[in-house]
Amino acid sequence: MAAQTPRMDGPERDTVRSLLAELWRDRLQPSRPGSGRETPSGRLIHGALFVTATLSAFVTIGIVLVLIFETVEFFREIPLIDFFGSTKWSALFAEKQFGVWALVWGTGLIALIGLAVAIPLGLMAAVFLSEYAPPRVRAVVKPILEVLAGVPTVVFGYFALLSISPVIRDIFGQDVGIYNALSAGIVVGLMIVPIIASLSEDAMRAVPRSLREGAYALGSTRMEVSLRVVLPAAFSGVVASIILAFSRAVGETMAVTIAGGGNPQFGVGPLEAVQTMTAMIVQLSLGDTPTTSIEFKVLFAVAMTLFVLTLGMNFIAQWVSHRFREEYE
Amino acid sequence: MARNFFTMMRSSAPTGTAAPPASDSRTERATPPPPNMKEEAAAGVGVHLDPNLEAVRHDFTEEVEVALQLRNVSAFYGSFQAIDKMTMPIPQNRVTALIGPSGCGKSTLLRCFNRMNDLIPGARIEGEITFEGRNLIDPNVDAVEVRRRIGMVFQKPNPFPKSIYENVAFGARINGYSGDMDRLVEDSLRRAALWDEVKDELDKSGLALSGGQQQRLCIARAIAVQPEIILMDEPASALDPVATLKIEDLMRELAEHYTIVVVTHNMQQAGRVSDYTAFLLAGEERVGRLVEFGPTQEIFTNPLDQRTEDYITGRYG
Repeated sequence: MAAQTPRMDGPERDTVRSLLAELWRDRLQPSRPGSGRETPSGRLIHGALFVTATLSAFVTIGIVLVLIFETVEFFREIPLIDFFGSTKWSALFAEKQFGVWALVWGTGLIALIGLAVAIPLGLMAAVFLSEYAPPRVRAVVKPILEVLAGVPTVVFGYFALLSISPVIRDIFGQDVGIYNALSAGIVVGLMIVPIIASLSEDAMRAVPRSLREGAYALGSTRMEVSLRVVLPAAFSGVVASIILAFSRAVGETMAVTIAGGGNPQFGVGPLEAVQTMTAMIVQLSLGDTPTTSIEFKVLFAVAMTLFVLTLGMNFIAQWVSHRFREEYE
Repeated sequence: MARNFFTMMRSSAPTGTAAPPASDSRTERATPPPPNMKEEAAAGVGVHLDPNLEAVRHDFTEEVEVALQLRNVSAFYGSFQAIDKMTMPIPQNRVTALIGPSGCGKSTLLRCFNRMNDLIPGARIEGEITFEGRNLIDPNVDAVEVRRRIGMVFQKPNPFPKSIYENVAFGARINGYSGDMDRLVEDSLRRAALWDEVKDELDKSGLALSGGQQQRLCIARAIAVQPEIILMDEPASALDPVATLKIEDLMRELAEHYTIVVVTHNMQQAGRVSDYTAFLLAGEERVGRLVEFGPTQEIFTNPLDQRTEDYITGRYG
């Protein structure tokens, strides 16, 4: 009869089909962004997006450059040894001394007190949310905890002065000043609890269910599963969260300026007033410091120190979370 | 006579419904279960029915103690019923295989034995599982205690991210083991046929081992708690054939000291390793039921239920 169109069936037809499919897939693949054939308005949007994306990078670079520039200016006048080799700070007095360790002491003291408060509270909250809380409780508690991180820090500062300091004075005696490192440290601790709790909880929840089941099957209680299996398995995430929280505590400004007092002294105890690097920067930049004065320039040197410290901290956090991450397929 | 009785009841009981048991079978059931199979066989109970009048049971060809006795065990996830009124013994120091197609409730049943389903919100068990004279489903029985006596090995190897040594020592440590830990670790690893491969690197992470080694590590970990029963949920399904064979050999060896219950998809595996086999099947409404239970050889060579035969000869997917 009619010239039969060659009929294909079975594997032959499948082969042709898959070839065709492959051909079409190549044809239909969307062109990569920026690879030609863009309309003028498309190019405009492309450009605008590029600018916004790079803006923040440029701002950061700009800030770092200014910091470096002014810091170099400062060290032209004051030798490095006077800055890093001394523990006396009196930038605003007639006889000026720029021993940054006095400020690092205040910062470190408050940050460590903060961690001492935040690590137990944060980890317990994380263990509770990840291992104990029923889903409904977790759905309510975790967002509330994270809102804590959104409270303006000035509020925390006054909370320290009005609520924490009086309690400290009740405990340690009325000769303890209303401004002290302990009060500021505790409130900083409360501020960083959400960071530790939230990030650690994420890390603990990422621990595979099979590990928990394995531990339960050996006759572990919930506590043993939480503390001996899940927490160690989430170690990298937990440590990273603690380092990030520490970095946040070091950079915290408002609360410690209000509650810490203004006493830049190396070696003072937690019940005395201290001054952190950030609080000193506030003090220096608030007044009528002339831009050419040495007080103005030291501000940048301190800021640079702070910047390097927190940046280093963030790098360590990243390194830890990569180095100690367990890979579960 | 028993066989006739069985045939008669089967044809009269509509599949899938819980028909009221015939009165004589009820009285027979009401008497406490005999402590061992031999007595039961001597009492003239050959092939017979469990109370839901569905499953077939073969005669036992040997004298054997019972490690676990199930009676009317049903399990639910919320409103979904996963298994329905299963009654059977788990013989002691033998390997019992639970076979059946996906979704027939094998794993659910296995997880009833060590109360693992307690960990799933909404899961509950009904019926009775007698273990050393106690009903381990009873909410007053401590699930943690049950799991210390009845160990489990999972489908996917799940060693802890700790050293090989610590993996094995973990269970003993949480149980307050005060003996010689090094010795316990070595013994457990030896029993799990892993010692020779890892004795020089006990500090290495358990996760650094191969899949088959990881699974044997998990078996060693379970052994170290000194359980009476070891449950295995498709322990070789994630492993290559060589590693699978090793696990199977190991199961045979372990059966000398432990009661083993193994869930498997692999019919050849069930045939190779198990002494007893339970065939489970889910009906239309996806509720798993026990179809047939007996010595593996009987089940494989002389299945009494058509559905068992169909499954064993590969007619189910």
